[in-house]
Amino acid sequence: MTGGGVTGGGVKVWVLHLALLAVLFSAQFWLSPYHATNLVRIMVLAVFAMGYNLAFGYTGLLSLGHALLLAAGMYAAGLPAQLWGWSAGPAFIAGVAGGGLMAAAVGLLALRTAGVSFMIVTLMFAQAGFLTLLYFAPITGGDDGFALANASRRIFGFDLSADTPRFLAAFVIFALGLLASLALVRSPFGRSMVAMRENEERSRMLGYNPFMVKLAALACSGLYAGAAGAAYALLFGYAGASFATIQYSILPMLYVLLGGAGTTLGPFLGALVMFALIEAASGLTSAYFFLVGAALVALVLFAPKGILGTIRERWVRWLP
Amino acid sequence: MKKLDSSGALTPHDNQGPTRGRNSGESDMTSLLHPTRRGLLLAGGAGLLTAALPGHVAAQGAPIKIGFQLHRTGIGAAYGRWYERTAQAALKAINDGGGIAGRPVELLFEDDATDPKRGAEVVDKLTQSDGCDVVMGTLFSHVVMGSAPRAGELKVPYLVCSEGYHVASGALNRWTLQPGITDVRSQIQAMAPWVSANLGKKVAMVFPDYAFGYDHRDFFTAAIAAQGGEVVAQIAIPPTETTFTRYFPQIPAGTEVIYHVMVGPAVLTFVKELGEFYGSGAKPQLFGFIDSLEAVDTATPGLEFLEGSHFWEAHPRVKPADAGEHEAAYRAAVGVDDNGASVSDPADVATYSHMFSTWETLFFLKQAMEAAGYTGPADRQKLVEAMEAIGDMPYGIERPQGAKVFNGKTHQVFGTQNISQIQGGKLVRVHQTSMADGAYDDAVDYTTMAF
Repeated sequence: MTGGGVTGGGVKVWVLHLALLAVLFSAQFWLSPYHATNLVRIMVLAVFAMGYNLAFGYTGLLSLGHALLLAAGMYAAGLPAQLWGWSAGPAFIAGVAGGGLMAAAVGLLALRTAGVSFMIVTLMFAQAGFLTLLYFAPITGGDDGFALANASRRIFGFDLSADTPRFLAAFVIFALGLLASLALVRSPFGRSMVAMRENEERSRMLGYNPFMVKLAALACSGLYAGAAGAAYALLFGYAGASFATIQYSILPMLYVLLGGAGTTLGPFLGALVMFALIEAASGLTSAYFFLVGAALVALVLFAPKGILGTIRERWVRWLP
Repeated sequence: MKKLDSSGALTPHDNQGPTRGRNSGESDMTSLLHPTRRGLLLAGGAGLLTAALPGHVAAQGAPIKIGFQLHRTGIGAAYGRWYERTAQAALKAINDGGGIAGRPVELLFEDDATDPKRGAEVVDKLTQSDGCDVVMGTLFSHVVMGSAPRAGELKVPYLVCSEGYHVASGALNRWTLQPGITDVRSQIQAMAPWVSANLGKKVAMVFPDYAFGYDHRDFFTAAIAAQGGEVVAQIAIPPTETTFTRYFPQIPAGTEVIYHVMVGPAVLTFVKELGEFYGSGAKPQLFGFIDSLEAVDTATPGLEFLEGSHFWEAHPRVKPADAGEHEAAYRAAVGVDDNGASVSDPADVATYSHMFSTWETLFFLKQAMEAAGYTGPADRQKLVEAMEAIGDMPYGIERPQGAKVFNGKTHQVFGTQNISQIQGGKLVRVHQTSMADGAYDDAVDYTTMAF
């Protein structure tokens, strides 16, 4: 399905991605503060979705537990900031590592299963993680969560609670994430991820170790989720257990399905369209989730490969 | 004057001006193109007058916009429905009484899906996109925690109606206040003297195993100890639990009072199973918080075991015989009957012990805006300082739940509480606490924090 897309295109592919980044960077100058702040949120959510896409879109690992990885990053960054006054830089690194380590730990056990069992096991791990956050409420703040002190939301002297530094920080995280995911899926390792998705038995016969490839892919996915969780905590000043609920496992899946699973730009497009849909629909009716749901049903009926998946299939074969 | 009106010169904010100008035809247009000397003088005088009083003239017409962060969907929807109705009723009362400082008031509702992430986005939308002067109305604590940092960044007053201890604990910021409802710490503490004097001193607590339950566990344990009582068991029930029978043997034999604060749909199962556990034999006294049964009819089949048991209520759902003079007017304005249900649907039971907070918050805002001489977003800091300066607030139609004292340092309001007993399936008030029962030492002084 994506063989040509992952490796073809050459210069066009990089130009397309860099052009998107250029447009996003410039957006801070021409968007209103309200929309620019929403774009920050979309970029953070898109990083989460990019990670999900690596596991699901490219490696075929349908996880229902990514909320755990998001929360791992959020608390690995938020707790040291809250308890020991870490500044944003070290806290962010801790968050990325937290997401990656949690994914590796879950993967070691969950990857013994596949398909529906993998979905259920990851869902159970996420639920256990959520309950753990509630159980240790004196430290984690439980379901209420906690607001981060402004002193912890500083990096290189910049205050991340101010519009411009926050936008730039989110942009840098998003840009690095996007380019890394493009490089990854076009690398030999990225092709072995796709091989796991397409035919695990055949790739095993060719000498790959499916367990290790999938574990590495899941850990990469966890790094992204961790980065997104840490970024949310530090950029918006809040960490809470609601981010570990099933809703946040479903959301990245929806973003990826909407934008196009197995496309590098699909997660961003999905997050953007979904955010815009909720924003527009909530202005029209209090039953806005119904409109969003109807839009998703229409997508499944008419473009089951998502927006970019459909575009790639019909018109732009080189889209990665 | 008539000519000037039709040209729109005297009333730049009157949007009828241009329309009337068009309708009045050629003669007006001619007078504009070839003004008389008298007309010019009048226009010049009017211009000077407008220039001299720009703020005043603009303020007369421009409405004050209040953003309301509403739990329209999600776990808080039952509360949200009544919060919206109560706030709309207060809005009507305020506008009928001349608005705020003579300006009309608008409420803009935006659903936050009872989710902290969406909550922060809603604060953003109401403030930056809709241009609201202040944001208010949030109930669930986690949405408050998730939204307050954004309100602080936007420097917009954020008035929550949550009863959480988050504001008074010092966890939030200078821009977040809770002026409409007493916090849960004070509510719990105020219960202890009456419980120990009337129900018993040996208390077993059953509570959900997360933050809401821990507030009850920690604050009530300390409060009952101060009354010479003791908590003989603390039974935390995981939030995912659907059956409770296996926890009941943990209740010690000598227990005199079971203090329960289960919430959500599980409360019906909890009560039914507790009834089966004790059967028709001797049982301890039961004391609970009405949060368990907000929007639930106390005569619901399955709740018979609660007959004779006691509940905390902030505002008695069933109108007491000795209710205050403004109680009837408040109920009529919101559309609630004497049993605490919607006048149009007796099965639609109100969240009566919480929703008054939106009414009282709107009137608090009116008082503070008028005291601050609020004219627009540039005065937001002045507005917060005016709120912090408010202290005693007497009983009146502005505060149908009762008199209050606002503590400007902790940004938290304090009022009296009630204890009601279920008699014949209805809640009947049997006791009202004093404000002193719920007093505790300040944990924070927000007035020393920077804006």
